[in-house]
Amino acid sequence: MTEQAPQAEPPKPESPVPPDPGFAARFALWQRAGGIVTPVVTAVFAFLVAGLVVLATGHDPLQTYRAIFNGAGLNWLFPWVHGVARQTAAFNLQETGLLFIPLALTGLAVAFAFRCGLFNIGGQGQYIVGIVTGTQMGVWFASLPGPLHVAVAIVAASIAGAVWSGIAGLLRATVGAHEVISTIMLNWIAIWVGSYLIGFGGPFQDPSQPGVPVSRQIAPNAHLHVFWGNPLLQGLDIGFFIALAMIVLYWIVLRRTTLGFEVRAVGLNPDAARGAGIGVARNYFVAMAISGGFAGMAGALDILGWQFRLDVTTITTASQIAFTGIAVALLGRNTAIGTFFAAVLFAGLVNGTASRNLDPTVFPPELAGNLTRIIQGLVVLFVGADLLILYLWNLRRKVKRRRAVPTAAPVAD
Amino acid sequence: MEDATPVLELRGITKRFPGVLANDSVDFDLRRGEIHALLGENGAGKSTLMNILYGLYRPDEGEILLGGRHVSFSSAKEAIEAGIGMVHQHFMLIPVMTVAENIVLGHEPVRNGVFLDESAARRRVEEVARTFKFTVNPDARVEEITVGQQQRVEIMKALYRNAGILILDEPTAVLTPQEASDLFEILRTLRREGISIIFISHKLNEALEIADRITVLRRGKVEETVAAADATQQSLARAMVGRDVLLRVEKRPPDPGETLLAVEDLQVRDDRDLETVHEMSFEVRAGEIVGIAGIDGNGQTELIEALVGLRRPTEGRIVVGGQDVTHDGPRDLIEAGVGHIPEDRHRRGLVLDFSIGENLSLHAYREPPESRFGWLWPHRIVARARKLILEFDIRGGGPQTLAGSLSGGNQQKVVVAREISTDPRVLVAAQPTRGLDVGAIEYVHRRLVEERDAGKAVLLISLELDEIRSLSDRILVIYEGRLVGEYGPQASEEELGLAMTGGASQAAVRA
Repeated sequence: MTEQAPQAEPPKPESPVPPDPGFAARFALWQRAGGIVTPVVTAVFAFLVAGLVVLATGHDPLQTYRAIFNGAGLNWLFPWVHGVARQTAAFNLQETGLLFIPLALTGLAVAFAFRCGLFNIGGQGQYIVGIVTGTQMGVWFASLPGPLHVAVAIVAASIAGAVWSGIAGLLRATVGAHEVISTIMLNWIAIWVGSYLIGFGGPFQDPSQPGVPVSRQIAPNAHLHVFWGNPLLQGLDIGFFIALAMIVLYWIVLRRTTLGFEVRAVGLNPDAARGAGIGVARNYFVAMAISGGFAGMAGALDILGWQFRLDVTTITTASQIAFTGIAVALLGRNTAIGTFFAAVLFAGLVNGTASRNLDPTVFPPELAGNLTRIIQGLVVLFVGADLLILYLWNLRRKVKRRRAVPTAAPVAD
Repeated sequence: MEDATPVLELRGITKRFPGVLANDSVDFDLRRGEIHALLGENGAGKSTLMNILYGLYRPDEGEILLGGRHVSFSSAKEAIEAGIGMVHQHFMLIPVMTVAENIVLGHEPVRNGVFLDESAARRRVEEVARTFKFTVNPDARVEEITVGQQQRVEIMKALYRNAGILILDEPTAVLTPQEASDLFEILRTLRREGISIIFISHKLNEALEIADRITVLRRGKVEETVAAADATQQSLARAMVGRDVLLRVEKRPPDPGETLLAVEDLQVRDDRDLETVHEMSFEVRAGEIVGIAGIDGNGQTELIEALVGLRRPTEGRIVVGGQDVTHDGPRDLIEAGVGHIPEDRHRRGLVLDFSIGENLSLHAYREPPESRFGWLWPHRIVARARKLILEFDIRGGGPQTLAGSLSGGNQQKVVVAREISTDPRVLVAAQPTRGLDVGAIEYVHRRLVEERDAGKAVLLISLELDEIRSLSDRILVIYEGRLVGEYGPQASEEELGLAMTGGASQAAVRA
């Protein structure tokens, strides 16, 4: 009797939920099992709560969301949209695509650092360093052939971003200075150095317009090719494909290289990684540098794709891109595919609520931008509170069960 | 003296989790003033059963009778109100609060409706302490008292809430042998006072020592309920594992060869920069197991860390197979042929959120065939894992399963498989069977002996004297960072125990 027992069904009795499957443990298991449900539910919740806010202001949430959807140009995907509406939709969608590029890249920047257990909130500074470098590279080397010039500018901007975040990585790796603090400080340094460089009398300011704090125009051969829409009206450029390629690269590095293996091991358990002979400090530095590289590239693609000259206000407002990038990474759960979808979502949202895109008869555009921030904030809040979402999810099941029970109960009475 | 009618009865309890039958029509009863041990391997369903009783889970089938009445708890609060107290493995205490505050927390005596009546709280805590003969200072802060005392606070917390039934989940896992025997003394006192106790454990000797009756669970089912007087370690082990278990390690006499690990005048400092290993010298030869016995916190952790490259010694030398590795890091030591089974497998042994395959390749990933020029071949990691899973009998999942979802025994097998499969010359095994159940302990012990017989030098550092005595060919005793004696494998427990508490060195000094 006892002899057939041990071999008969090995996996089952050995792999129950751990001895005390507490809430967190169950959640972790469930999350690993599915993974897709939580971010979707998170986003849905955020939209629901924001919808209540819209309702409270006396507007129709459904109408408003539809207007945002159209404002993002996503109605272009519907084949029955024709004529002028289709042209507008196409234009809007190109804009959304342009916004997708920096959001995806700053999202990857945050996500890659997260994978190594680091919180890079210096995307802003790395983006600024990237955009300043990219601009100046676009201004210089005007004689280079187009593709090479573009490559030089993008690579230089990525390296600049990597160096910038690498400083924080190095500080963390050598003296243990926390990257959250150091990246914030580096953000401010980037903002003010950048503002000085292209500001009044700065070395990179356009000498032909001494009254305006802007850089010179980048050389025309450094412009990225516009593959959809009118190049003069900010059509969608090939930076979009570069961003997609980076998402793929992100996945390849993490999953198919020893570097990614080390980064993930350090991120999940630095003690075990160290014991296995993996250089934890080295990985902190490398992961941080790669992270900043993504953010720096975002800056270059913005300047080469559609801005063509750098304005001081771009530097001071870069924080919005970078901080939305944090929300992208959080909602995307630091995965490649998740970052893609989260970047699409936020690009659509930001663009769809932009004052020139949103139908003013549905929702006042001056409030709409705040709606984006509300949704963004709620996403971050709900991602942090995903336990709450699981709880609500479970409650739904319980309610179902309770509903089934009372039908039987009265009989007992 | 004993009342035969049960104070608590569980009938036909069944609990299913997705894919697992955690409890399969379990019957269990507890008499007034008895200690009833619930014995079973990890994952046998002990904790599930107790969580059902404590109102944390609801059973799919079955009923709970408390003093003959049907009850159904939907939260721990209801269970507590019904007189059930539970002491978890991980204490639920607030470190910065005092003992008395922790005990009354949630049921504070109040003055004028809102204010905490501190003197009343103290009085009632002292009352409980007097009744049950506890010696704990009610004004001490919990973070300042020992683990054993913290456990007593947990017990007092339950008694303060008038618990008549006390559930102790693996209570000795965190205690030193001395603290454990103190705990047993307390449990006997409680039994005399009429408290009924459920004692959850996977240690056979403890159950035999303390319990009146023993119920053995295996794979969610009750295997047997016997009077402790009628049971033996052998019979209980058979019921737990489902086959005969070798409780003694079988091994041939050693055949020591050349010295593979030599430690000379080693001095190591801990994180607070205090010297915790003083001028230590010893060697381990090929084909022998050297055991280091000692009470926790006598420098073992720092010694181990120095031996595997995680901590730089301040003085002395470490030589592995003739190569000086004193100042090398973990990677160099792995390459020099030192395998390491860490004392804390969750913290240092495994990346729990990595798959079994990735954990098995935690060293091998950086070399062909798993990778080449930095490019990783995941299918080769999987292939390697398939082979090792078969060879080391790792159960509970395939190469892609997360290590964190395995049982403790199988997690340890993953660590052992990884460290042995690289064919090290020296194997440093620190607490290799901590928290494992009988079957897994037998397995790990057999593997260590096999490594010895294959000509490896094995250094075993363990807090379990039984383990040291049954595996080691030579025993070194560590006390306050010094080796205070060397013994043969036949040394008695008393002899070693005396040395471990510093008795031998004092005797030596006096002589």
